[in-house]
Amino acid sequence: MSDPAAPPPHDRRGLSRRRLLGYAGAGAAVGAAGFAGGMGTARATDTPPAAGAYAFHGRHQAGIVSPAQDRLHFAAFDVTTTSRAELVMLLKSWTAAAAAMSRGLPVGGGTPLPYDSPPADTGEALGLPPSRLTLTFGFGPGLFRDANGHDRFGIDHRRPKALRTLPHFPADNLKPERSGGDLCVQACADDPQVAVHAIRNLSRIAFGSAALRWSQLGFGRTSSTSTSQATPRNLFGFKDGTDNLKAEEGSAVDRFVWVAPEDDPAARWLSDGSYLVARRINMAIEPWDRTALSEQERLIGRDRAHGAPLSGGSEHTAPSFSTRGSDGKPLMAMDSHVRLAHPSHNDGVRMLRRGYNFTDGNDELGRLDAGLFFIAYVRDPDRQYIPMQTRLSQRDGLMEYLQHTGSALFAVPPGVRRGGFVGEALFA
Amino acid sequence: MKPTTPALALAIALALPALAACTHNTTSAKGGGGERTISVTSTDDSCTLSTDTAPAGNLVYQVQNKGSRVTEFYLYAEDGLRIVGEVENVGPGLSRDLVLNVPPGSYVPACKPGMAGKGIRSDFTVTGSQQTGRQGAVAGATRRQVETANRQYGSYVRDQTEQLIAGTRRFVAAYKAGNDDLARSLYARTRVHWERIEPVAESFGDLDPRMDLREADLAQGQRWTGWHRIEKDLWPPSKGYRALSQRQRATYADRLLADTETLAARVPKLRFTVDQIGNGAKSLLDEVATGKVTGEEEAWSHTDLYDFQANVDGARVAFEGLKPVLSHKDPVLERQIARRFAALQRLLDRYRVGKDGFVSYTDLSTSQVRALSDAVNALSEPLSRLTAAVAL
Repeated sequence: MSDPAAPPPHDRRGLSRRRLLGYAGAGAAVGAAGFAGGMGTARATDTPPAAGAYAFHGRHQAGIVSPAQDRLHFAAFDVTTTSRAELVMLLKSWTAAAAAMSRGLPVGGGTPLPYDSPPADTGEALGLPPSRLTLTFGFGPGLFRDANGHDRFGIDHRRPKALRTLPHFPADNLKPERSGGDLCVQACADDPQVAVHAIRNLSRIAFGSAALRWSQLGFGRTSSTSTSQATPRNLFGFKDGTDNLKAEEGSAVDRFVWVAPEDDPAARWLSDGSYLVARRINMAIEPWDRTALSEQERLIGRDRAHGAPLSGGSEHTAPSFSTRGSDGKPLMAMDSHVRLAHPSHNDGVRMLRRGYNFTDGNDELGRLDAGLFFIAYVRDPDRQYIPMQTRLSQRDGLMEYLQHTGSALFAVPPGVRRGGFVGEALFA
Repeated sequence: MKPTTPALALAIALALPALAACTHNTTSAKGGGGERTISVTSTDDSCTLSTDTAPAGNLVYQVQNKGSRVTEFYLYAEDGLRIVGEVENVGPGLSRDLVLNVPPGSYVPACKPGMAGKGIRSDFTVTGSQQTGRQGAVAGATRRQVETANRQYGSYVRDQTEQLIAGTRRFVAAYKAGNDDLARSLYARTRVHWERIEPVAESFGDLDPRMDLREADLAQGQRWTGWHRIEKDLWPPSKGYRALSQRQRATYADRLLADTETLAARVPKLRFTVDQIGNGAKSLLDEVATGKVTGEEEAWSHTDLYDFQANVDGARVAFEGLKPVLSHKDPVLERQIARRFAALQRLLDRYRVGKDGFVSYTDLSTSQVRALSDAVNALSEPLSRLTAAVAL
């Protein structure tokens, strides 16, 4: 076998990247050959997952309710093969590599290769801990049928009914090269090098079967997905995602995130999975920074210092939309972001947000190319995302400072059982 | 060419290790399981192996140099002469793996601290029930295939060089005579012979920059000569360019021809090894990925697709020569590379014009370039494993 991504012979060969380095470094000059030598010491030892590792296998994919990590590398791929067998092989190879990398192991498990062979793993994460890496895979509408409506891999009859290109929302300025994709991988980790390493290696494994279409780096989480985490701030300087769904809200997560078997009889393979909405939202950073604090807070609906709703209380106090000020107007303005996005104005629906701040340098006018890479997991985008975004795009006062430049929707299959592969039920 | 491209080292052919197969395999259960690691500690006066016996199959000799001198490790066959596998140039303090598929039999491992002498030898037994007779026959066949591949590749390089010389004579004559239409039509068609053997041509570090440097690659104060200097004169920019005089034309043309003749005189002396051929194939695809698919190579004539095709031709010839060896050692890889060569060729064929021509690079849309690039990546990834698969 020549596939560098193929699973290691024994999953318990575990030799963490850190231990690998430690060995090679022991009494030896650590050069390239030192690493190679270190790999040769891989022995079958029962190493438990290193500290700071999230389990890859499970009922649901990791990287959704897992407490949000600090860094993101998100990638969307076009499938280039026309062979169903090659597509399945890609998913199997990705699964094996993802399981290894999630444990902090190199791709290929550290199995020694001939000196004349390129290494199976690209190497930049050697010596780094797992960094809570999660790899979450999704399937775009184009995986099921092509632009002409043809069934690409004999799976179109299983296409989830909600999985289609998101509609055009008012003020959208979408770039095709930042939108869509047949497959996606969300790589989250506390170390950006670990996240980038994961996408780089998965892209390499995909050559010949799928090609990178677009990818996005995110450097700071903008959501908390666990009550144990403090609410972070977005690039507007405000706490974002205070009312986000949290992993600890078990019944709400079941209700709003995980697809149930009865949701879509044609797509039962998706049960215990979810839908991932990705939106690249550019912020008009410089105009925003020249905006009075009073206006900034009015547009958001919260105070900047603590994140409390303008109707009063502290960060986690529920906003009161009926409380009025001396002028008789609601303290939470009618076009404020929090009001329009709040469940009480969206038929009670919620979503699990998992977005990241991004800055991709600057444009030719010296403006920061920055904003929010919005990621949300929902059980049904038709109920939980599209109506809300339609309202926001039409009425949200913040839209003056926002421009959506990328968009994609993916169906996220359930978790992988040991010995299985991601999306297995779809191809069964 | 790009000045940073590593030249293909053209050493005199080494005695080719025959028996050992490259089998890094991560899943294979060949030989009854995964690989076994045998640690080898080489010091200035000792060579210690962690065991003197192992079951047949994939073995990893993990060689650690704990001495003060550069060392080597060899695994010889029972006769102590034939090399089954080797690692060389292991510096003090460093480690390196030798990965081998070893059939049952008796062997002689040896460390060579200081890289000289017959080495510090011991005995090593590989146990198992594989038929050594059959293995020996396969090894014999492989050795002959390797020799054939090396010889055939050498012939191919000489043939391309001869065609390059003949074409360059015609091209230079037309250009000097001011027959620019003819020179333009000969330009790309002659260069394909260079591009097919580009890693070999580039291995002559004195000739390559004189013959194939692009304007963008020039260092401060460096004189620009060769193919691309003439290319610019034949496809001049519309503004700010002064055409070369008759005398200047003759200077550049004569020098290109003289350099080509020097190249042609050196080529017959070259001997090739399978790892050079395999690495050469990879380098050719790297050339495509970094220069041709981006349209950087032929900045004035935009004949990049000719070069593209020629690089692919050269890589395919190298691969096909090694195919008999590869189909012994890694038939899965062989089929994958063959399929992806075919897919890339189908894509390239869409842009053919006439019998041997191609559309201008500037006629390609972004999505067409993207599709070509994807096909190059798809081929390059398995092709990068060719050398290890055949060379061990």
